[in-house]
Amino acid sequence: MNLKHATNCFKGILIRESLRFLNQRARFFAALVRPLVWLFIFAAGFRSVLGVSIIPPYQTYVLYEEYITPGLLGMIMLFNGMQSSLSMVYDREMGSMRLLLISPLPRWFLLLCKLLSGVAVALLQVYVFLLIAWFWEVRPPVSGYFMVIPALILSGLMLGALGLMLSSFVTQLENFAGVMNFVIFPMFFASSALYPLWRLRDSSELLYWVANLNPFTHAVEFVRFALYSQINWQAGLITLLCTLFFSAVAIWGYDPLRGFLPRKGGAAV
Amino acid sequence: MSNGDANASLSARNINFSFGRKAVLDNVQIDVPNGRFVALLGQNGAGKTTLFSIITGLYAAHGGEIRIGGHDLRKSTQAALGAIGVVFQRPTLDRDLTVRQNLRYFCNLHGISTAEAQERIDASLLSYNLSDLHQRKVTELSGGQQRRIELARSTLHDPNFLLLDEPTVGLDHANRMEFVSNVKALCKERNVGVLWATHLMDEVEDADYVYILHHGKIMFEGGSGNLLEEHGKRSIAELYSHLTKQHTDTKNR
Repeated sequence: MNLKHATNCFKGILIRESLRFLNQRARFFAALVRPLVWLFIFAAGFRSVLGVSIIPPYQTYVLYEEYITPGLLGMIMLFNGMQSSLSMVYDREMGSMRLLLISPLPRWFLLLCKLLSGVAVALLQVYVFLLIAWFWEVRPPVSGYFMVIPALILSGLMLGALGLMLSSFVTQLENFAGVMNFVIFPMFFASSALYPLWRLRDSSELLYWVANLNPFTHAVEFVRFALYSQINWQAGLITLLCTLFFSAVAIWGYDPLRGFLPRKGGAAV
Repeated sequence: MSNGDANASLSARNINFSFGRKAVLDNVQIDVPNGRFVALLGQNGAGKTTLFSIITGLYAAHGGEIRIGGHDLRKSTQAALGAIGVVFQRPTLDRDLTVRQNLRYFCNLHGISTAEAQERIDASLLSYNLSDLHQRKVTELSGGQQRRIELARSTLHDPNFLLLDEPTVGLDHANRMEFVSNVKALCKERNVGVLWATHLMDEVEDADYVYILHHGKIMFEGGSGNLLEEHGKRSIAELYSHLTKQHTDTKNR
């Protein structure tokens, strides 16, 4: 693999993903409306009920809108990661995934390009959301807008890799829709995206531990701290390890020699 | 057909594959010399698409060796894949993109620089009379136009070997014949070896060589003229139904 070819390939995949995203305007608005509904309606409604005490990284009491904003950034990355994987199942059914996988580059690299392109598209949505949130008085420090980029990229890669891993198990689009319901919603609600872990512990010790074991919790905390110009090393490390694990299984899943699809006799990737 | 050419378009030896316990391909051997038009005939479920998935590296064979343009698919995967042009049975164009965007994407995947890609795309569209469609979205094109674009795309990286898996499914007769003549022209003009899988016999009447895949095995092979003469048949279609029937009868006895 030479560098020029690799760069050219990444550029091609990135442009394709961006064009597809821009051509599907409904997808862009849907992706934006979802967290905005949570911010404008849910957070406003629960502001008085769900008071949040001073917990790191916050140095003072914060409004509930401010607390859930990093969780909503995580929500954008989560939905985008899963959507990107959904598009891989769709691509596989439509056949265009084959075109990618028979390209003369290592498969791990092709899958990584696909993941990174998905993250780039999600970043665009995140910053449009943060801009709107700024007008809604959610205003993290200016440095946070920059420091959060690596955290968003790593979280996006983790969630994309998780989706990729799941897509390698699934041979048909209908099945994948089921997996989405069993993955997205439990991951989102059983995390620190909407309420701090200590509040979860107040109501259920078990739920607290489930949320602690949920990789999405750590991705959200990594993003939350970074947005306030701090680094949560523990959350970052767990997110990184989960990214490596999900990526390794996904690459294994898409390996023609060892993967699931040939063994199951599914559609040729 | 073994011509002993180390750089032949395709040389597949002793290919075996199974889904779980179900054997799909049994010791399949296929050769496609450069510049030859080779037909692979077989009914639905004979194993053609699985064989193509193995040749393109989507599945890994459970034994045997595949060389494409002289490159070992297992040891030099990228060089081997770089030498293949493929038109799959199902459309692989991105329906959200225009024709030119689709072709650019393909060039990117094959590491062709922007300027070079531009030139190749223009030349390719011109040669298939598709120039006026370059800004159209794929969804606005007819089935025949889409297939021609897939053929144009499959040769943008100047492959040594072209793999066509029932590429004319869903096209009317006129479009099918036009597609066939385009591929034959490629064979002659660019010295590309072609392996054409089909169950539509009229498309491969004058193939240089014919393989008949039946229940995962190559049951018969030979030059189309020789096979017809040997079995006293007038067309490939007649020959095919004769041979497969003969084989099924023998098996049932």
